[in-house]
Amino acid sequence: MIEFFQQLLNGLSLGAIFALIALGYTMVYGVLRFINFAHSDVFMVGAYAGYYIGRFVPEHTVWGGLAALAVAMTICAVLGVIIERLAYRPLRSAPTLNVLITAIGVSLLLQNLGQFFFGATPRPFPELFPVTLFIFHGIYISSNQLVVIGVTLALLFALRFIVLRTKIGTAMRAVSQNPKAASLVGINNDLVISFTFALGSALAAAGGMLYALNYPSIDPLMGVLPGLKAFVAAVLGGIGNIPGAALGGLLLGVVETFVNGSKDWSTYKDAIAFALLILMLLFRPAGLLGSFTKEKV
Amino acid sequence: MRLLLVTCCIAIFTLSLRAAEPIKIGEFASLTGKQASFGQTNHRGAVFAVEEINAAGGIFGRPLELITADTRSLPGEAATVVKKLIARDKVTAIVGETGSAAALEAAPLCQAAGVPMITATATNPRVTEQGSYIFRACFIDPFQGTVLAQFAHHTLHARRVAVLVAAGNAYSVGLAQYFKINFTALGGQIIAEQKYAEGDKDFRAQLTAIKAIQPDAIFASGDYVESALSCVQARQLGITAPFLGGDTWDSPALIAIGGSAVDGSYFSAHFSPEAKELAVQHFVHRFRARWGELPDTGSSLGYDAVLVLADALRRAHSTEGAKIRDALATTRNFPGVTGRITMDAQRNASKAAVIFTIKTGQFVYLETIAP
Repeated sequence: MIEFFQQLLNGLSLGAIFALIALGYTMVYGVLRFINFAHSDVFMVGAYAGYYIGRFVPEHTVWGGLAALAVAMTICAVLGVIIERLAYRPLRSAPTLNVLITAIGVSLLLQNLGQFFFGATPRPFPELFPVTLFIFHGIYISSNQLVVIGVTLALLFALRFIVLRTKIGTAMRAVSQNPKAASLVGINNDLVISFTFALGSALAAAGGMLYALNYPSIDPLMGVLPGLKAFVAAVLGGIGNIPGAALGGLLLGVVETFVNGSKDWSTYKDAIAFALLILMLLFRPAGLLGSFTKEKV
Repeated sequence: MRLLLVTCCIAIFTLSLRAAEPIKIGEFASLTGKQASFGQTNHRGAVFAVEEINAAGGIFGRPLELITADTRSLPGEAATVVKKLIARDKVTAIVGETGSAAALEAAPLCQAAGVPMITATATNPRVTEQGSYIFRACFIDPFQGTVLAQFAHHTLHARRVAVLVAAGNAYSVGLAQYFKINFTALGGQIIAEQKYAEGDKDFRAQLTAIKAIQPDAIFASGDYVESALSCVQARQLGITAPFLGGDTWDSPALIAIGGSAVDGSYFSAHFSPEAKELAVQHFVHRFRARWGELPDTGSSLGYDAVLVLADALRRAHSTEGAKIRDALATTRNFPGVTGRITMDAQRNASKAAVIFTIKTGQFVYLETIAP
């Protein structure tokens, strides 16, 4: 029984990171209807930003960790805006496929720039937050796991607040529903889209730093696998749906952990994750929480 | 008269050029990517050996030229670059790779082209089974598995051991297999075998399952990043059993990533700079003067691989593939810095292994185990 709860906790802390990355995918999709494949590499840049800032703040302090997190998120928000401005905006009126392929190009560019500037060798990530171990009825919880779950929850609620309760959030939803009508009522579409990218990239940076805190070895290709998993999570939950992305991430993390902990099935971990995706697409194509909106002609 | 002089000059010039035409040695190594830490040190060892040989006048008057290709730690890349080394650069012989998976890609190509290949650190037995032109300067995983099983059983007095394997990694799967066979033969028990995908970073699920059965020790046959991360996560889950690993643990990055979590772990290796032999100490001194760092397993085996090859070239007195192969196969008691190297019938170097432990962030030499 203890083992079950320990695995559940392991799964939730892994899933929280998938959820954080999935939020960025789903938000950009919600507004622009395209998958930003460069998202997983912004995640990597976020981890490296944390690594370099970590040299200027004292290790093992809460304020040092939060400061590094805030700066990394800001850097990546700016990076996200730049990527959108240079790579995606010129293609705004082009078919979605063009933008999709450009996104893959940006992703490869970031990976290779990362290898060029940071070097391909894995680097150890500093312990920015104080690390303590809690033992609760035989279940071991590291403070890093709690930080991951806590930050993910906080950012999820902040995001929901921004999208549902603020003016810019209302504008985002308007652009998402109908860009032309939104610009007719005086919404600056470019500004809203830039803001969406800034927000999504900041979330990716947070994900990257938390991932590096939990698994303290970073390299320029570190975003590929978690990015893919987060993409699956976003589709599982219903792409374009914010609580859905969070739910999909947690579900994927828990399933993966239980498969990994089993005796004979651990080698099929990824196969099971993707089989889950295929089943979902077959029986509920809109995802767990997603819903289809009928296109009006 | 002047014409004669000019002709003479040209003749001498051409002759000396012909005489000094370098012998091309191809090298393929993971200089970037996941295994870069090994590829880089291995490369520095090979470069240093070539420099020393050339400074001493080369081989039958001809200098060695090392042509290096990067495999970027990616599957498929080794085959591509080795094809290039053989076809375009027309190398006489090839040294590399550090990893068994990449060496296995290249070996059939070298065999087919009749180009002798000697790998420094690829320890999987199947590498030299690819054919009569494939050699190695290190011991093989069955021996390493025996050594680690003996150490776990006799020195650590472990009886119930859990194994953590990187599925899909030829080295990790092979080493775990030989450890299991030898450890059970000694009367020990393998109570769990948990697998993860190569490149994974979260091992909490597997470790939680291992924790439930309380092993005396955990044998982690994956690379240094995976093993260091699993040590960290094991300690966070309250697992106190010591970890054991193979020669891929021999990297400073293990300690940089693992921190205090890898303290009290053990691993087998090829070489210790703390060994007392004079030849080793001289090598350590010269190497440090050249690169500003201590030689490790990768660099000393990279150095030895080139020396063994140079010795074979000298004895063959030829750059013909078949003659070099015959000379390599008859290497007996060659004094390398990693021990006396004798090629056995399967073209593997037979020599001793060393066991290290980690104490407060330092590798500490424990013992040498001979074959």
